[in-house]
Amino acid sequence: MNHSINQVFRTARVLISVSYAYMVEYRAELFLWALSGSLPFILMGVWMEAAQGKQFGLGPLDFARYFLAAFITRQFTIVWVIWDFEKEVLSGQLSNRLLQPIDPVWRHLAGHFSERFARLPFAAGLVGLFFLLYPQSFWIPSLTTALLFLLVVVLAFILRFLIQYTLAMLAFWTERASALEEFWFLFYLFLSGLIAPLEVFPPEVRAVALWTPFPYLVHFPASLLAGLPVDLGRGVLMMLGWSLLFFGLNRWLWRKGLREYSGMGA
Amino acid sequence: MERYLRVLSIFWRTTFAAEMEYRLNFVVSTLSSLGQLVGNLFGLFLFYRTGYTFAGWDWEQALIVLGIFTLFQGFSSTFLSPNLNQIVKHIQQGTLDFVLLKPISSQFWLSTYTLSPWGIPNLIFGAILIGYAGGRLGLGVSNYLFSLIPLFFGFVILYSLWFMLGAMSIWFVKIYNVTEVLRGLLEAGRFPMAAYPVAYRFFFTFVIPVAFLTTVPAEALLGRTELIWTLGAGILALALFLASRAFWQFALRFYTSASS
Repeated sequence: MNHSINQVFRTARVLISVSYAYMVEYRAELFLWALSGSLPFILMGVWMEAAQGKQFGLGPLDFARYFLAAFITRQFTIVWVIWDFEKEVLSGQLSNRLLQPIDPVWRHLAGHFSERFARLPFAAGLVGLFFLLYPQSFWIPSLTTALLFLLVVVLAFILRFLIQYTLAMLAFWTERASALEEFWFLFYLFLSGLIAPLEVFPPEVRAVALWTPFPYLVHFPASLLAGLPVDLGRGVLMMLGWSLLFFGLNRWLWRKGLREYSGMGA
Repeated sequence: MERYLRVLSIFWRTTFAAEMEYRLNFVVSTLSSLGQLVGNLFGLFLFYRTGYTFAGWDWEQALIVLGIFTLFQGFSSTFLSPNLNQIVKHIQQGTLDFVLLKPISSQFWLSTYTLSPWGIPNLIFGAILIGYAGGRLGLGVSNYLFSLIPLFFGFVILYSLWFMLGAMSIWFVKIYNVTEVLRGLLEAGRFPMAAYPVAYRFFFTFVIPVAFLTTVPAEALLGRTELIWTLGAGILALALFLASRAFWQFALRFYTSASS
């Protein structure tokens, strides 16, 4: 028993350190990816300007903190597994992975996990720069908030990864699974709270959106960190519920898909 | 000149023939453009639904900016990204050699070789949006014609910036995603500049000239442009275009040709 746990830890350590070394090789790229997530900062400007008039129920400072928190959340939850997986299926590389005595998902997960650490310095630098330019917005969340945020953002990452990996399974049947991801991303973009906090949505849209997984990927963690009121219990339950659903779907599609898989080109 | 036009027509005929093999992709991209349009409208509506307006821009006028923004999205995914994002591949694999050997400007070849019809739905939706809002505002034909001038300048500005960033891959092969940063910043063009705080306006006018892409043509379309802005857009477009040519010639001196 002890032996097998050690084995798991050793495998995890090797996978993570290998992919970390790989990610650090691509520092310049990572920096540019971090910069390309500038959308929250753009919308921050528009909303802060709009909030001068007090029609929106949130002040300029709330918007500034919310969008900064949304930026941070996004840095932690970026997922690209579908493009890697699609490539592996279409080129037949997946066959090699299947020969190894470990589910291929762990390799992807290790890649995403270690990329977070390689990206962290750049994201922290951008946040520092932001506070330097706009010191009034500076705030330090309490320790409980910070820990809760960490927990919620990990859940958000897991949920996002599960959804995208489930869509990736469709690569067994179609050649353009990533087109589905792009379509799904539109809903993510407009309903997750990336373009505006859900507080300014029309109430009906908001009520519907809160039953979908989208707001829990950005709005929920970001509001928590920015100190806006959140329904913690409901949020966590929704995230767990959706995660379970997609986990089940994913494993089912994985088994079905492997039977479909012909390993072309390998 | 005539030779260039002939080459261009051959390039695009073959691309179209090739892309028509993948008609399903076209359906997919129409659907996602439609989704994007609905989302963009929703994003704008969030501001206007409480009675707030961007200073000096009614709902219809803001729609025109959004329409022009959609046109630019279509333009960049039809013409710019399929060509300019290939530059890095040519450099990585050394196939830039073959381009340089052709008896035609290499910048022209790299910028026009292919085009992707997937951006066309965005071009159409952008035009519809502008037509709808323009109809509501009662704009005349002369407004549309006059706005074509700054719109053209905007296309040239965007092309030149994009090309220069792409050309930088001669030195740094690994920064192929630098254009993503530009794309991210262009998102700012979906709102008129009046919607932003002063510091943002400064940045998006003088550092990353997003204001010249969407706001200036929209003002021209609304018939309230000041000559100085159109003139400024023209000078900027010309300067950036010449800069992109000079930059390419300069960059080529450092090209060492991989694997050949």
